[in-house]
Amino acid sequence: MERPGWLLRMMAYGALLFLHFPVLVVILYAFTTEDRTYHFPPPGLTLKWFGVAFAREDMWAALGLSFRVALVSTVVALGLGLFLALGMRFFRFALQDSLSLLVTLPIALPGIVTGIALLTTFRRLGVELGFWTIVAGHVTFTVVVVYNAAVARLRRLPDSWIEASLDLGANLLQTFRHVLLPPLVPALLSGAMLAFALSLDEVIVTTFTAGQEKTLPIWLFSELFRPRERPLTNVVAVLVMGITLVPLVVSQWLAYRDEGRA
Amino acid sequence: MLGLLADRLYMHPRLLLFVLLVPPFLWIGVLYLGSLFLFLSHAFFRIDDFTGQIQYRPTLQTLGAVLTTPANLDIVLRTLAMAVLTTLACMVLALPVAVYVSFHTQGLQRLIWLLLIVLPLWSSYLIRVYSGKLILAQEGILAWVAGRLGLEGVLASLLSTPLLGGPSLSSSYFGLLLVFTYIWLPYMILPVQNALDRVPKNLLQAASDLGATPWLAFRTVVLPLAVPGLAAGSIFTFSLTLGDYIIPTLLGPPGYFVGQMVYIQQGTAGDLPLAAAFSLVPVALVAVYLRLARKLGAFENL
Repeated sequence: MERPGWLLRMMAYGALLFLHFPVLVVILYAFTTEDRTYHFPPPGLTLKWFGVAFAREDMWAALGLSFRVALVSTVVALGLGLFLALGMRFFRFALQDSLSLLVTLPIALPGIVTGIALLTTFRRLGVELGFWTIVAGHVTFTVVVVYNAAVARLRRLPDSWIEASLDLGANLLQTFRHVLLPPLVPALLSGAMLAFALSLDEVIVTTFTAGQEKTLPIWLFSELFRPRERPLTNVVAVLVMGITLVPLVVSQWLAYRDEGRA
Repeated sequence: MLGLLADRLYMHPRLLLFVLLVPPFLWIGVLYLGSLFLFLSHAFFRIDDFTGQIQYRPTLQTLGAVLTTPANLDIVLRTLAMAVLTTLACMVLALPVAVYVSFHTQGLQRLIWLLLIVLPLWSSYLIRVYSGKLILAQEGILAWVAGRLGLEGVLASLLSTPLLGGPSLSSSYFGLLLVFTYIWLPYMILPVQNALDRVPKNLLQAASDLGATPWLAFRTVVLPLAVPGLAAGSIFTFSLTLGDYIIPTLLGPPGYFVGQMVYIQQGTAGDLPLAAAFSLVPVALVAVYLRLARKLGAFENL
């Protein structure tokens, strides 16, 4: 491998710094004693905001709701994404290209359009806004993540494996369980982790489909406009980053390990 | 029992396909696409000035209001300009990272780089926007660094620039551009790096053996091969900037952006037709852009 020039190296590291430095500032401000402005450097450091945040009942309620929404929308997305991936991989049908474009639409179009569109429909149908409407909104984009992970893995499986399995007398269900599923599991897990992290963090679509409910990002967004106790927001931010970091790193590691095997 | 059912399905592949596709199609094709049509079709209706009710008679008046009223047209052009600038800035920052990761890392080091690139993509969007605000704030860290380096003058003259400036960095168009670029940058790095990964590594070796300087090799070998990746990445940076309303709302630049207009019109103003008409702007632009990107080979790199 060639040694990179100093200019290239500097630009690459510079971009990486640009991507990560701001988050470090968020962490720093979780400990500041100054609670009205973003004055730098912070006049002093304290741990008291963690106590203040943990005592907030509404924060815990929002966190709980976010977890339940993320769990349900990940499970639904797993089912729908897997079905879609199987259909797209093993069949040729009319309008297949249009369908693959349609699936990516919810992430290509602005979230605000998706959110208002769903809200318009829910209102027209007289659906009460709440847990299930939030899930309905989240599934439109979590399904894409699972589908992408699954279909990419299925494309790397040779057709001959399935033919061999069927020729040897296994039925479709057995073929799925013993031939397709084992290599699919890491891809599905990795997709599910990403879907979970995405759902946990979603704020735009949720703004329109949540009604009176508050998920953690919605709660955080409303906190951002408070003139006082600003470090509180940072404490919750640090908390959220910590929580989403786990599924992310696991997902990346799974994908990396799987790549080496294929 | 299930096995028997599976055998029956195998004899009728069309039925199997039907079973596989119906559930996802109900969600995305019916609920999502149906909602999209229902909402966007409001762009062709209008609000009755007296009653405030939606008049369900087809008219082009609402769309006309978006494209011909100078104030609204300003908003559209401002948003478009911001999307283009953000895309260009992301390209400039993403290329060196992608080249470095594709050609100069391997093993664990490569895994760490990839993880650091993906991490911001999946970590809280809201918190990242907020961090931009923290840094750019009037008494924030950037102003402090500028003060320490004796660059207050540069900062002040930047803020007094007619088009990019504003009262403080966080509420100027320049600050907004910085935050947009910061937020969407990983979406550009990943597809570019994906495209470059497929380039045989000895191509660069060949270029340098044949006497090309690194810069010449970059321009004539790497850059053309990165185009599909750049096109794929720009789909994200372009369309995400066009539709975003959280970032300008939190930073508070002097003028409105399309996403904010959509939000205000459907919410406090209660004018769903006008909200739909404003929404059609990014939708139409993204549709045009997708066709363009497809020609450049973007879809192999998503």
